[in-house]
Amino acid sequence: MSKSNTILYLDGVSVSFDGFRAINNLSLVLDKGEMRAIIGPNGAGKTTMMDIVTGKTRPDAGEVYFDGEVDLTKHDEAEIAMMGIGRKFQKPTVFESHTIEENLMLALKGPRSIFPALFHRRSAAEVRQIDDILGITRLGDKRSEIAANLSHGQKQWLEIGMLLAQDPKLLLVDEPVAGMTDAETKETARLLKDIARDHSVIVVEHDMHFVRELGVKVTCLHEGSVLSEGSLDFVSADERVVEVYLGR
Amino acid sequence: MITGRFFAAGADRRIAITIFILLAVAIIVPLLNLAVSPTSAFYVPSYVVALTGKYLCYALLALALDLAWGYCGILSLGHGAFFALGGYAMGMYLMRQIGSRGVYGNPLLPDFMVFLNYRELPWFWYGFDQFWFAAIMVLAVPGLLAFVFGWFAFRSRVTGVYLSIITQAMTYALLLAFFRNDMGFGGNNGLTDFKDILGYNVQADATRSALFAASAVTLALAVFVTWAIVGSKYGKLLMAVRDAESRTRFLGWRAENVKLFAFTVSAVMAGIAGALYVPQVGIINPGEFEPSNSIEVVVWAAVGGRGTVVGPIIGALVVNAGKSWFTGVLPEFWLFALGGLFVAVTLFLPKGIVGMWDSWRGNAKALRAASIAGTDPDVPAPPKIVRSAARTPGDWSASGPEPQPAE
Repeated sequence: MSKSNTILYLDGVSVSFDGFRAINNLSLVLDKGEMRAIIGPNGAGKTTMMDIVTGKTRPDAGEVYFDGEVDLTKHDEAEIAMMGIGRKFQKPTVFESHTIEENLMLALKGPRSIFPALFHRRSAAEVRQIDDILGITRLGDKRSEIAANLSHGQKQWLEIGMLLAQDPKLLLVDEPVAGMTDAETKETARLLKDIARDHSVIVVEHDMHFVRELGVKVTCLHEGSVLSEGSLDFVSADERVVEVYLGR
Repeated sequence: MITGRFFAAGADRRIAITIFILLAVAIIVPLLNLAVSPTSAFYVPSYVVALTGKYLCYALLALALDLAWGYCGILSLGHGAFFALGGYAMGMYLMRQIGSRGVYGNPLLPDFMVFLNYRELPWFWYGFDQFWFAAIMVLAVPGLLAFVFGWFAFRSRVTGVYLSIITQAMTYALLLAFFRNDMGFGGNNGLTDFKDILGYNVQADATRSALFAASAVTLALAVFVTWAIVGSKYGKLLMAVRDAESRTRFLGWRAENVKLFAFTVSAVMAGIAGALYVPQVGIINPGEFEPSNSIEVVVWAAVGGRGTVVGPIIGALVVNAGKSWFTGVLPEFWLFALGGLFVAVTLFLPKGIVGMWDSWRGNAKALRAASIAGTDPDVPAPPKIVRSAARTPGDWSASGPEPQPAE
């Protein structure tokens, strides 16, 4: 497999915690501009995979390359984030004591050192960017609310908005529709498809309706490695996938 | 922009009022002490000047701790160490000013060194005969210690209760070190018997008043600096690290550097507080490194309201005034009262005095808004109005979710 033209390239990645193999010889390739859905039962290693990509966990073995050339195993979270990998957590994680606008301001792409932040003044361009993101995520009328007062679904959206503010090349989105109503789920699918037009995206999700809505290639993980890969219809017709989901 | 915020209404006005009061006190109290006859009803006795001057230093220390704890979630149980180091730097200057007026009359060596058979001045005492050098050391020594300590602790991602424990261990280690006579800092007795500061007698009323005024002005300045830091984008980042550290990392911020800056600034402020404290109380000894002192600072900040600029100052003043009164009336029960106070504040006033005041005023405003808008009392007031009391820009944490003490 060639690394060129891939945004994310994992080959033979393994990691174990106290003898438990969370990721076992996992290989996964994401092309530039691609959106991929990852499914799999609990404990399949979905979140651990994201931890490895974002530098939170170091793999015991294997190669992890970003953009075809950057070895991600040699960098830490902040560096990887600055290279252009954004991550949304499973549990929505926003800065609860700040307003929506401040949340986005902290996420906006820009210098990340202390002194510029200390003497930072909001520029017109930044305000425009924030307005755009507020529009996309439909949080415009809540811009000066504190994030703690948002509903669960709105927090998910704010977090996605923060990812957009970061302007990453690759977005890792962990369970974006957990706890959302059907209408919100639909909206989120629309939003992610919008985002996928000019970003590479990996979505981890359990909700099959949502995955169908996205209409992209699906990878099913099981016990830390790829079980099946293809269209949703192909994957859900796969005997082994049915087996791991329903139990044997 | 800063001046605009400064004269704005709401929480920023509270900062302006605090600074104004401190500056006014810095002028009025010395005047009432020096220019008013002791028989007048307006006369402020010298012991009150010295006592309140001491409280102002404590308030500065509490404010310093609040920058690290209230705004960044670093629960330091060793801030007394930075305070004491600043105090020792000032004490060394004051010792060198004694000159040959000491009991043993040695022009170079302080009394305790003569007593302990020192032949010559230890190298680290050089330069302390100059005030400017001592002043730099007041800032540099606590700052450097905090920087090195924080560098290792935050880089290794030591957080929460573990961090609190090692800060406590740090101050305890310093306590033991400074108790040793061989350290060259006067051992058990510390540094005392000061005569002059900048050529003025430290015991004189005028000098005491000047030190009082200096403490009040410094505290006002620290309030301004803290307010400016907390209101900046960096300040928001500081609170973001407190509330969701991993989120900031995945946004590309270096959470360890964010904490390191706040911790170092906080330590420098604590050092300044110590330096102002020592000439007013006339002694510095290793007792200042006692872990219980550092814990008391935490109580002050918690009582006043952590995560607010004014809260820790109020807390320090109230608790210490209470302490002075209580230790006079029922000395043996003071520690019980302090412990009980901490428990009561944690249970009933989790946001401290200032936090309680804010939420009380917020409720009152909401009620009023509801009664104006309201035909139906069941309809809650629009959330914007409820929040407006406390959620004005700049007052980031007054009514925000409670700061997490340890992640």
